[in-house]
Amino acid sequence: MSNTTRFDAIVVGAGPSGNAAAYTMARAGLNVLQIERGEYAGSKNVQGAILYADALEQMIPDFREEAPLERHIVEQRIWMMDDKGHTGMHHRSDDYNEERPNRYTIIRAQFDKWFNRQVRDAGATVLYETTVTDLLRDAQGRVIGVQTDREGDGYYADVVVLAEGVNALVGQRSGLRPELRAEDVALAVKEMHFLPQETIESRFNITGGEGVVIEAMGTITEGMVGTAFLYTNRESISIGIGCLVSDLSRVGKCSPYQLLDRFKAHPSIRSLLEGSEMKEYAAHLIPEGGYRAIPELAGDGWIAVGDAGHFVNAVHREGSNLAMTTGRLAAETIIDLHRQGQRCTRQALGAYRKRLENSFVMKDMKKYKDVPRMLEKQGSTIMDLYPRLMNGAAQTWFRVDGRDKKAKENAIVKAAWHARGLGLLGDAVKLARAWR
Amino acid sequence: MRIFVCIKQVPDSAQIRVHPVTNTIMRQGVPTIINPYDLFGLEEALRLRDRFGGEVTVLSMGPPMASESLRKALGYGADRGLLLTDRFFAGSDTLATSYALSRLIEKAAEEQGMPHIVFCGKQTIDGDTAQVGPGIAQRLGLSQLTYVSAIDAVDPEQGTITVRRRADHGVQVLSSRLPAMITMLEGSNQIRRGTQNDVLRAARSDITQWNAAGVGIEDLSLCGLRGSPTVVKRVFAPSVRSEKATIVSSESGVSATASALIEAILERQPALETDLLEQASGY
Ligand SMILES: Cc1cc2nc3c(=O)[nH]c(=O)nc-3n(C[C@H](O)[C@H](O)[C@H](O)COP(=O)(O)OP(=O)(O)OC[C@H]3O[C@@H](n4cnc5c(N)ncnc54)[C@H](O)[C@@H]3O)c2cc1C
Repeated sequence: MSNTTRFDAIVVGAGPSGNAAAYTMARAGLNVLQIERGEYAGSKNVQGAILYADALEQMIPDFREEAPLERHIVEQRIWMMDDKGHTGMHHRSDDYNEERPNRYTIIRAQFDKWFNRQVRDAGATVLYETTVTDLLRDAQGRVIGVQTDREGDGYYADVVVLAEGVNALVGQRSGLRPELRAEDVALAVKEMHFLPQETIESRFNITGGEGVVIEAMGTITEGMVGTAFLYTNRESISIGIGCLVSDLSRVGKCSPYQLLDRFKAHPSIRSLLEGSEMKEYAAHLIPEGGYRAIPELAGDGWIAVGDAGHFVNAVHREGSNLAMTTGRLAAETIIDLHRQGQRCTRQALGAYRKRLENSFVMKDMKKYKDVPRMLEKQGSTIMDLYPRLMNGAAQTWFRVDGRDKKAKENAIVKAAWHARGLGLLGDAVKLARAWR
Repeated sequence: MRIFVCIKQVPDSAQIRVHPVTNTIMRQGVPTIINPYDLFGLEEALRLRDRFGGEVTVLSMGPPMASESLRKALGYGADRGLLLTDRFFAGSDTLATSYALSRLIEKAAEEQGMPHIVFCGKQTIDGDTAQVGPGIAQRLGLSQLTYVSAIDAVDPEQGTITVRRRADHGVQVLSSRLPAMITMLEGSNQIRRGTQNDVLRAARSDITQWNAAGVGIEDLSLCGLRGSPTVVKRVFAPSVRSEKATIVSSESGVSATASALIEAILERQPALETDLLEQASGY
């Protein structure tokens, strides 16, 4: 047992990105210190989520044997909601009942704790209830360690991995990254509702470990850019809604939890939650600025991963998988340098960027780089008008009321034209462009 | 000074959920904490060590995962942690627990020497019996100082200690001989934040584990369920108490309301007035 405070690498944070980085480095034999401000990994994390297996499998191939997983997802529902109902798509396949399912619902507090346990078992030293307050630098400005909120002279390392999540206060305070723009972050609130397993399974038409997730958008966000979701866990349901912070403050008329209350009371949702007991409530930011909001990712003695690097694909609601993959790629970059006996300079850490560009991470971030801008301008049309039109059209179509079908078609087209005119064409083009 | 502190890992009662349908307690996924009452003893122990030098050893009996709580105690600044863990201890009541813990203390004393003080929690939040500390004191022949609100003086050389003890209708000042078993009153201090060195050392330390045989327990009928004469007859939600809350109000301002409130309290608790006056005269 050595009492030195010097390490090969220090990882700030024990979320998916920090755990992936610390795990990968510790497995490679590096002397790693991980620092988490929460009482344990996951204690500060928003409760329910979807886990994308692939990113974890890359590091821990047999994770399914031990990780606390709730349900594997066999059915995805995407709903466009108006005030009274929804129109949408359901996709379900028995193919998802495969041996190695691709997506799971998880409870982050339990999952992060488990993942972090693997980090410790791999040999990393992990500190809890300790907040990194600042980066320590040498005379040349190189980052050489961290200071914390506990009494002491700091901890030192060749490189500091910033895996501190979206708020990135350490990065901001040290001037390594700009302050978050309100247009680039969403504020989400989330609740857990407990229900007996049998009730969940009969309500969602599932058995065994099967799970259903619902993603919803529409008038539920009052024209603000945002989405809502509902995930089935083993004995609970995670439900939440989030909107861009810029929209929330501009519109100013409702808070996210008012939106959540309304979402829960919506006729399409209410019956799914009936009789449940609400426990645990959490609010959290999501970086949604996309590719253009990605800050500088590395410098002399430091590297940023996960939400701290703004790696979230808001269109596909992917975050933790990008966090794990960026954490792993940063770790692999550091391991290479370590083995070659090279210092972690800005230039040397540039290899991280290359790894990112070659992976799905940057390719996906680039693909949707224009979506945030488009939403900034077209937000209320897409979030409010189209869901209304869609639900209106569906009703016109399905009601049998003596009107002939041609007249119904005309009514649908007229409603759309009346609402948006030539804008319809423009919207289609913009959407297609942003999606390219 | 050699100081031992007994701690217990308990479910965080603030986070225990009751199953909405079956009405049973759902322990699964409930985070564990160090029994909050134990922390007052730990902090007092650390203060004494800081003053007199020596070592603070934390001890626990529990499942293997209780080593997490011991590690946490090291993070507060304790010097070493010992865990007594064995499946034979499952289901221990206070009698069996105090037996097992006193054997662990004796085992540790073989290596380190007899402790000057053994701190125990006043009670646990998951059992509330307040019997384990006294049980240990009885078995090991330690002086027993319970409900201590402050340690006024200690002399490890002379083997004496003077403490304040909260009694039913006042404060007792007690002098006693060491070694002693002390339970600290809640609020008597506040657990410190360990330093960077403390938490680093804690993260890297191994918690020494013993099993029943390791501490020399041969007669297993004294352990666990078999060694526990206590039988839980029934678990029930307490019924509403007969005392009623009263609202004391006054139209004529805050201080008038306060006076009315105090009057109402003293009317029902006559002993309190003399108590308070007595305590006040002590300062
Ligand atoms: C409501 C909501 C729902 C989501 N749903 C999904 C989903 O279903 N699937 C998905 O893939 N993604 C989802 N995401 C996104 C996902 O949660 C994040 O992308 C992911 O958690 C990022 O991981 P991270 O490790 O970078 O950051 P975090 O998970 O935020 O972890 C950062 C950690 O660092 C710690 N920390 C911060 N500052 C300090 C400091 N100064 N010192 C010490 N420790 C510090 C924090 O306590 C925390 O544990 C969701 C996000 C939200 C808000």
